[in-house]
Amino acid sequence: MVASELPRADAPPRNLPGLTLHVPEPKFRPGDAVDFVGIEVPPAGAARRPDTAAPAKDFPELAYTLVRVLDEEGRAVGAWDPKLSPDTLRRMLRNMALLRAFDERMFRAQRQGKTSFYMKATGEEAVAIAAAQALADDDMCFPSYRQQGLLIARGYPLVEMMNQIYSNRGDKLQGKQLPIMYSARDHGFFSISGNLTTQYPQAVGWAMASAAKGDTRIAAAWCGEGSTAEGDFHSACTFAAVYRAPVIFNVVNNQWAISSFSGFAGAEATTFAARAIGYGIAGLRVDGNDALAVYAATLWAAERARTNQGPTLIEHFTYRAEGHSTSDDPTQYRSAGEPNAWPLGDPIARLKQHLITLGEWDEARHAAQDRELAEYVRAEQKEAEKNGILGHGLHQPLDSLFDGVFEEMPWHLREQQQQMIAEEEASGRPWARK
Amino acid sequence: MTMNEDEPTTRMNMIQAINSALDICMARDPDVLVMGEDVGYFGGVFRATAGLQAKYGKTRVFDTPITETGIIGVAIGMGAYGLRPVPEIQFADYIYPALDQLVSEAARLRYRSAGEFISPMTVRSPFGGGIFGGQTHSQSPEGIFTHVSGIKTVIPATPYDAKGLLIAAIEDNDPVLFFEPKRIYNGPFNGYWDRPSENWSKHPAGEVPTGYYKVPLGKAAVVREGEALTILCYGTMVHVCTAVVAEQGVDAEIIDLRTLVPLDIEAIEESVKKTGRCMIVHEATRTSGFGAELSALVQERCFYHLEAPIERVTGYDTPYPHSLEWAYFPGPVRIGQALKKIMKDA
Repeated sequence: MVASELPRADAPPRNLPGLTLHVPEPKFRPGDAVDFVGIEVPPAGAARRPDTAAPAKDFPELAYTLVRVLDEEGRAVGAWDPKLSPDTLRRMLRNMALLRAFDERMFRAQRQGKTSFYMKATGEEAVAIAAAQALADDDMCFPSYRQQGLLIARGYPLVEMMNQIYSNRGDKLQGKQLPIMYSARDHGFFSISGNLTTQYPQAVGWAMASAAKGDTRIAAAWCGEGSTAEGDFHSACTFAAVYRAPVIFNVVNNQWAISSFSGFAGAEATTFAARAIGYGIAGLRVDGNDALAVYAATLWAAERARTNQGPTLIEHFTYRAEGHSTSDDPTQYRSAGEPNAWPLGDPIARLKQHLITLGEWDEARHAAQDRELAEYVRAEQKEAEKNGILGHGLHQPLDSLFDGVFEEMPWHLREQQQQMIAEEEASGRPWARK
Repeated sequence: MTMNEDEPTTRMNMIQAINSALDICMARDPDVLVMGEDVGYFGGVFRATAGLQAKYGKTRVFDTPITETGIIGVAIGMGAYGLRPVPEIQFADYIYPALDQLVSEAARLRYRSAGEFISPMTVRSPFGGGIFGGQTHSQSPEGIFTHVSGIKTVIPATPYDAKGLLIAAIEDNDPVLFFEPKRIYNGPFNGYWDRPSENWSKHPAGEVPTGYYKVPLGKAAVVREGEALTILCYGTMVHVCTAVVAEQGVDAEIIDLRTLVPLDIEAIEESVKKTGRCMIVHEATRTSGFGAELSALVQERCFYHLEAPIERVTGYDTPYPHSLEWAYFPGPVRIGQALKKIMKDA
């Protein structure tokens, strides 16, 4: 026996049972009946709305409740009601419906083999659309891959989005990026990365630059609840708190990170909005399927940012109603009953009900709008497909593969470019050119 | 070089030269911004940013939280806004937390956005050993970054080059990693740790113009012309090689690469074809080091001119040790033996 194995005279007695490791498990798996009674849904209008100049430490409870405006009857109630005009509400409804129609169409295009990949935002339409309408058009957005609603709400042409999805001749990104990883600088939309939450510190840097320059624009970033576990998220929160950066952090808690439920990001222990408290950042937990609550929270956070009150972290409590992407089949890991049982409903249906309750909308107009939007998306798709659908070597000159690695092409890339062209010529493939 | 012959010059060590480059860039361009751990009021642990905060204010020169991920991520966002940030990573050994932001973001932003967004930042970071820094203050990670497409890697070996290369790096519209060999901040270290060290006051490249000039990226310098063999090196090793060559009386051509990506392949090819022998020296660990790339390039392009196998002299494939750092360091003995070996049949 070596010395280290001898019992220490002063060691406490070890008469406890062995340790156990807790591995989180979602409540429902395929085949299970779904019952979301465990999710606490406070009544609409119950949360107080602090003054935008109030210090973050004055309202910690807002990180644990749900800010809700639309009640079960479709009325807007409470201090967070943004009191929007019927026109603004109709525009919001239309944008959300357009986003859903776009998603349906592009999902089908992928299934038809017209592109490699697509991601829908079904059930989360309010998160991006309402936020975009509450922000100024020149505020800078640092989205994750499920905020195509920002582009739609800002009037970015659908044809441009489709060109990117098809990597076709019209694609402004020259076929260099995976479908849906848009970049639209002139629409205040930062180049999307496939790596998670890297955009968070970048948004803070943009916001710090804006503040350092005495600009008036602010930044907003989005990530999923799953990727709040990334170090970048915490680096960003620290930086934003330290410099009081004019930035809004949006955590889209849609319950699922591919097949991992929110428990693997820490949801069993606390809320994601509560992450803000440790950093001294304002934290709000919002009903993400309530477009008015998302709008009001974003407007409140934007006002804080614009008046040098610093960052706000908003958790949007929502539900990813469909698969993670076209490469995912959610029936393999979660109950098919979940989307319909979701206690916060569907964001489009809820806003539609609100407008009907106000006497500003009706079912017939809604159905007509859906038909019109579907037709519009189809027409845009036809236009985009004139520029081609995804196909290797069809749309971009081969030598463009080397463009944009550096501003000026160094010798080693020029050599490899020549090698590639020679290889294509030797291949005899019909599309080998230049 | 874009230097005017009539420009006034003064003696500078490498720290002063780097400080001067930052000062000049900040004065010329209000979008240049300096940030990093301890760089603000204090002026940096090596004093490279001393006086800049007092001169340019706290919104252009400031301390940061200790998160390298955050520092580089924030610098990318600033670049997207239109600024030209010059973040400092206090030691190159601390750069790894920022790897994702450097590799997947800064280096790829121009490409993935088809030029809509660029990342015109220059990351300054002291690197290399020989200061009793142990394994976390001595590493040479340049080979990790030369492997990444979309990022430039620059390493100066003199005060003159440090200033001119840094100005060129800051004005460059692509991300640049600027590794500063900290062992030669104060003088051209010849590898003899047990002898008195020199400072820059007697070295010709310690005479530095006080004003603006650039040393272009991607251009090597022939430090010593010679016929017997070519030595490819950079950073501290330039001075160690120079000392060994002088001692042995070998007519070596010593090339200071200065920029690893993009590499000055013409200078390398021209020299090796002339001398017929090539020795590569770096302080970084051997396996998959930048020397392997250099060796492959020379073999591919100069094979029929070679009269001896290419020699690589490097640090060992171990962590950088503390007490045994001079056993790790590729010093005059290791270089001298390699020199004898490659010249054996000459």
